[in-house]
Amino acid sequence: MIREPLIFEISDKGKKAYRLPELDIPVNGDILEGIRTRTEVEGFPQVAEIEVVRHFTRLSRANFCIDVCFYPLGSCTMKYNPKVNEKIASFSGFSQVHPFVPPEFVQGNLEIIKKAEDYLCEITGMDAITLQPSAGAQGELVGMMLIRACLEDRGDPRKIVLIPDSAHGTNPSSAHLCGYSVQEIKSNAEGTVDIEDLARTMSDDVAALMVTNPNTLGVFETDIQKICEIVHSKGGLVYMDGANMNALVGECRPGDMGVDVMHLNLHKTFSTPHGGGGPGAGPVGIKKILEPYLPVPIIEREADVLVLDFDRPKSIGRVRSFYGNFLVIVKALAYILSLGASGLREVSEIAVLNSNYIRKSLEADYYLKYKTPTLHECVFSDKYQKEYGIQNIDIAKRLIDYGVHPPTMSFPLIVAGALMIEPTETESKRDLDLFIDAMKKIAREAREDPELLKQAPHSSYVRRLNETQAARDPILRWRPEEKDLTEKK
Amino acid sequence: MSYISLSDKDKKDMLKRIGLSSLKELFLTIPEDIKLKEDLNIPDAKTESELISYFESLNAKNKGTDLLSFLGGGAYPHIIPTLVDYLSSRGEFISPYTPYQAEVSQGTLQIIFEFQTLICQLTGMDIANASLYEGASGAAEAVLMAHRLKRKPKVLLAGSVHPQYIEVINTYTKNLGIRVEGVRYSDDGSVDIDELDEKMDDQTSAVIAQSPNFFGVIEDLERISGIAHKKDGLSVVVISEPVSLGILEAPGSLGADIVTGEAQSFGIPLSYGGPYLGFMACNEEFIRQFPGRISGETVDVEGQRGYVLTLSTREQHIRRERATSNICTNQALCALRATVFLETLGKEGIRELAFQNIQKANYALEECGKIDGVQKKFLGAVFNEFVLEFDKPADVVNRSLLEKGIIGGLDLGLFFPKFKNCALFCVTETHTKDKIDLLVKGMEEAMQGR
Repeated sequence: MIREPLIFEISDKGKKAYRLPELDIPVNGDILEGIRTRTEVEGFPQVAEIEVVRHFTRLSRANFCIDVCFYPLGSCTMKYNPKVNEKIASFSGFSQVHPFVPPEFVQGNLEIIKKAEDYLCEITGMDAITLQPSAGAQGELVGMMLIRACLEDRGDPRKIVLIPDSAHGTNPSSAHLCGYSVQEIKSNAEGTVDIEDLARTMSDDVAALMVTNPNTLGVFETDIQKICEIVHSKGGLVYMDGANMNALVGECRPGDMGVDVMHLNLHKTFSTPHGGGGPGAGPVGIKKILEPYLPVPIIEREADVLVLDFDRPKSIGRVRSFYGNFLVIVKALAYILSLGASGLREVSEIAVLNSNYIRKSLEADYYLKYKTPTLHECVFSDKYQKEYGIQNIDIAKRLIDYGVHPPTMSFPLIVAGALMIEPTETESKRDLDLFIDAMKKIAREAREDPELLKQAPHSSYVRRLNETQAARDPILRWRPEEKDLTEKK
Repeated sequence: MSYISLSDKDKKDMLKRIGLSSLKELFLTIPEDIKLKEDLNIPDAKTESELISYFESLNAKNKGTDLLSFLGGGAYPHIIPTLVDYLSSRGEFISPYTPYQAEVSQGTLQIIFEFQTLICQLTGMDIANASLYEGASGAAEAVLMAHRLKRKPKVLLAGSVHPQYIEVINTYTKNLGIRVEGVRYSDDGSVDIDELDEKMDDQTSAVIAQSPNFFGVIEDLERISGIAHKKDGLSVVVISEPVSLGILEAPGSLGADIVTGEAQSFGIPLSYGGPYLGFMACNEEFIRQFPGRISGETVDVEGQRGYVLTLSTREQHIRRERATSNICTNQALCALRATVFLETLGKEGIRELAFQNIQKANYALEECGKIDGVQKKFLGAVFNEFVLEFDKPADVVNRSLLEKGIIGGLDLGLFFPKFKNCALFCVTETHTKDKIDLLVKGMEEAMQGR
């Protein structure tokens, strides 16, 4: 494969890709009197159009992606991204319209947001929802802010948020950003919230419990109603991290479990593209008690017209510019409408079927710390392979040689050497079998030829990269005098 | 539609291997009393053509999408070269996720590295991150960062910063005990330097100012930074229109410690407000408190150069509640669009783009200022936005302009009651002389009550 340099390395004076039309008004030389200006943007690239095209096209081929391969990143829900939704989002009334155009001119767009709100409330069983947060993490922060505003309004501000030790890192991080201190709740032998530990730890100073359901092991918190009761009995609120909603759509609803506030990830459950790391959206659904505190603006219907309501005296305020990641909302709405009720139920049924098929097929080859039934994802570990000096990272890197993107490894913290696998419902049996087959081969390779794993990947665009060096001697941008690192060796 | 890829036989075989006889048996851990007994109340599934028709009819409820618009105020109409849509729509860019497994994400990681470099070059700073959500929350993250670094209880926030950004900064800081004190703007539309100097003290973590500011006026960043530094505070510069950096001096050369803002102007369509593209850059010494993902250079086992997400101990997936930010998913695909945009425009293109913006806007300002009943509200030099004051309410003028097929400037009465006769007009390279002249003619007629 052609190794593509940095654009700055193929840049040269006199090369030009895009041309603007000539300036069609007389030049005024006085405009910038007394203003500090620059003569040029130093180091900015100068390349021709075909160089831009080849640069990005070649680089694209160095990426694994859902369109090419199986991508079982646990908790990320890497399902197929429908192409028709991309087409719809590009309609000019959606993509070319300025957000300050008066509401009367964009009734179609306001209706899209309102409809998406209504359907997501139906799916989650919550009373109202804000589509403003730009991603799950921002949704968590907004959720925490809503809880804080509600409790302060009650005259009962509290200082602590409880979070299970299996939680995704954004949970404690978001709680902290809201000014709360975090206390950990232990998981029991089944990998679920330890009810006794929760009952013991729950107090009048706990504002909320943040719970993921199903949790990061893929296990449904069967005692969720009891969990909510314990928290409510001491005046706290329950926040549910809805990243794993793919297991629940059409089966059950967080609103029916006693959850007070939750977030969704449109770029997970609702198929909007992950884009290499966003944009996504993290809508926050709430029960009525939190409605006064929702971020502004709210979309309301006045007579027959949809308007933006900023007159919300108890609102937590604005959480971002404008109204949300609108085009992401368009794609999610298109997805919901293309699946319909029965299609949405089928999503969770098949997501759970696919995951359990993988679990059953690999339970002899890889250690499953928790034997509890799982839904849409399962977490193996490298325990058996450790015997041969192999860690989860070596298994992950070897999977690359088999043309599969590795599973999630960085959490849950309660499983050492985790391999969190979430196939999603859009995978075919053929691709699942290819993955299972690869994992079995790797398990055998771990025993018979561990060096092969340690040196993996062998067939990718680059071999295993030195992450330690990257952190120790950070090079975070190109500079003209920077020599290629390879010359240093 | 359905995106399920299993045949009936597949389902049977798979259930058999698991040892179950029906899909229902997969959900036994969900208590019966919360299981849904009926399907959700959602319309029946639409086929692809039905879906497209449905959204076409929603699109049709949007009127005037082809009107001539002079709206700005944090979202800017710019040309988007064809290559931006074309290249960013590749499945290899759209469908992967965060590049945690670097070896199979070199496309994304190298592009982020280039994006970081371009932002550094534009802002004159040492390091940039892979993106934040958008301008307003980015400004809030910058304030939080400055507070972590200096640990002083208050920040000074120029009143000429975008009102939405001010609101979001307040939302983010109020739960963390950070006091935000405003500094008013003076009659020329820029921040009141004397008041800033007075209010600056050793209890201030940072001074936050925007340039060009919300009124389109170019601030004196060097003086502002100087005031911040005199009492050991940080200079945080916010930029909602980074095209200005093609011609205005880089904030890094004017004393900025942190630069943050909105890069929607770089190839992101107006999108009715999102997704946009937050960016942040800072000086090297602040790296440990810098939020967001960062792509860094390294080598592989064969000595081949490659890129990885690095310095992750700052981030939530490692540091959890002690992370510099909770950000996980950011705006990677938008950053990719911006990278294509900037590399396609290139060194000369970005300068020419900035030059045309400032010339056209000032031409429009000049011509509008000649109309009876219209005057330039602020004296400060402007980049591509300006405020006009009318002798009648701005919404009356705008209504008249609408009848002529023109969406006028942003009615500032929506933000500041005292400015209800004022509107913020944005003029970019997308406005030909003819279009500007149409505005001028339309405004003239509007002022005459026609």
